[in-house]
Amino acid sequence: METLLSLTVGVLVAAAVYLMLQRDLLRFLFGLTLISNAANLLIFTSGQLTSGRPPLVPQGAKAPLPGVANALPQALVLTAVVIGFGLFAFSLVLTLRAYTDLGTLKTDDMRVAEPREEEQDA
Amino acid sequence: MIWILVFPLMIPFLTAVFSFLYRERDLGRWIAVGGSALAVLAAVALMKQVLSDDVVAGQMGEWAAPFGITLVADRLSAIMVLLTAISGLAVSLYATAEIDQTLERLGFHTILQILLGGVTGAFLTGDLFNLYVWFEVMLIASFGLLILGGERRQIDGAVKYVTLNLVSTVLFLSGIGLLYGVTGTLNMADLRGAVAASDRQGVLTVISVFFLIAFSMKAAAFPLFSWLPASYHTPTFVVSAIFAGLLTKVGVYSLMRIFTLIFDSEDSFFQDVLIWVAVLTMITGVLGALAQTEVRRILSYQIISSIGFLLLGLAIGTPLALAGAIFYLMHNIIVKVLLFLVAGVMERLSGGSDLRFTGGLYKSAPLLAVLFLIPAFSLAGFPPFSGFWAKVLLVKATLDVQAWVVAGVALAVGLLTIYSMTTIWAEAFWKAHPDDREPVLDDLGPDKVGMLTPIVLLCGLSLILGFFPQPFITLAEQAAAQLLDPTAYLAAVLGETAQ
Repeated sequence: METLLSLTVGVLVAAAVYLMLQRDLLRFLFGLTLISNAANLLIFTSGQLTSGRPPLVPQGAKAPLPGVANALPQALVLTAVVIGFGLFAFSLVLTLRAYTDLGTLKTDDMRVAEPREEEQDA
Repeated sequence: MIWILVFPLMIPFLTAVFSFLYRERDLGRWIAVGGSALAVLAAVALMKQVLSDDVVAGQMGEWAAPFGITLVADRLSAIMVLLTAISGLAVSLYATAEIDQTLERLGFHTILQILLGGVTGAFLTGDLFNLYVWFEVMLIASFGLLILGGERRQIDGAVKYVTLNLVSTVLFLSGIGLLYGVTGTLNMADLRGAVAASDRQGVLTVISVFFLIAFSMKAAAFPLFSWLPASYHTPTFVVSAIFAGLLTKVGVYSLMRIFTLIFDSEDSFFQDVLIWVAVLTMITGVLGALAQTEVRRILSYQIISSIGFLLLGLAIGTPLALAGAIFYLMHNIIVKVLLFLVAGVMERLSGGSDLRFTGGLYKSAPLLAVLFLIPAFSLAGFPPFSGFWAKVLLVKATLDVQAWVVAGVALAVGLLTIYSMTTIWAEAFWKAHPDDREPVLDDLGPDKVGMLTPIVLLCGLSLILGFFPQPFITLAEQAAAQLLDPTAYLAAVLGETAQ
């Protein structure tokens, strides 16, 4: 299972890097979503997987039995997912705004803040 | 005991809430100023405590380390928290004059306070995942400040800032995940022992590269700096000032913390990489500055150049070099905030921030000229200004390890910095205004007090740092000693049992 998830992470990162190297903001954004999900899967996998043994405390006991799944990576992933969602929503709105204000999604043409030499003098 | 660690964090967030409630009225902005002043007091109290106890640590929710989240302040953290609070007070004062009601209604002061809270949290936390969360708090607040106002330039700058910062965040997060997988802990003090004891050193070296790249990107080190000059000149001047003073320094602080506390290897590979990264950062920064004609873009490249000096201190890693880097941090945060605030006044007076369309300020506003010269000389490293002592320490440390080329480059970069500061001086202050205008400080009208008070205060601080450097150098040396020998830090966080 770990191998399968590791491969998935690899494929996701590869696809994300491919998308992020495109000169189009929207594709970059999709790449970013993919790579942040890859990072979440990575945390999940590196915390080691234990199937079928939820970390529950049996009635009357004070601690879960030994050998249960580690819940901490899942808590970390949950935090990261929530933060990632917020950031993605922001970036999406920013992209939309960039498209309406700057009239393009091609990153090469986004030169308002850093105009080329000849445009600067004009 | 714990409260003294919590106050510097609670105050900005409470201030954020109240300034949001009253954002429609004048009261909102004064709540922000008052809150920032309280934050300075809390930071001073923390500093006092740290000076007497060496390291102050508190376990949140009484969950013992390494299971709970630890807040911990050693000397470096306390210095950074204090500098954050001082810069916060300066910019919220300046903001009362620069920021108009439209931006205030959109919650400008609130977002600024959240940013300050996030930065403070990053300096105080003793938990790696918690550091990530504070980075995110800081990041989302900085996004808000960057685009507030919504001009085309801002949107364009924000696109680059947001996308590249998110990439570095993903790297940081992946590094945390992998490190947890190998060591099974996230507490930074606990990680030190776990990393040293691990038998998978090869994997750990790879993981440390994740952190190196992620934090270098946040710190705007060569070659990962392109987001900084693309965006820092686009928002309002207060926002530029607080970004310039603090955000990249959080990256440098994290590098210092992680690579002295957790990955404290004698590995010369890292030193070599970091030294050349530092040298190239210094050079590209200063050369970039020379090519620009807009005040804020010149200053943005100067930020990159000074990040090079900070990284140099970390790369050399001797007690003197680290002390130099920490003193440079104190000097640089104050001076950078100051220069951007002065740039704001310059722009307001002469009607533009491109140097080709300004001029005549020396004749018509001599006070502003003095207020510009103090940080400019300081940045360039003239004695007896604060930058001089910082550079003396760093260059001396470089010579001590016989890195002659590096020392030569550092001195040459200093010279070029002087040249680039003189460009601003000659163009904005000396030459006559192209439209024959003679702007005077009274043109600022009622904003004059709000804009000049923080500038004068920070100038005073910078001068104190320059004329009476000894206590601050001693403090920096103590902070460096704590970084290099974290016994007290480990004992404070993990308690006696772990010893």
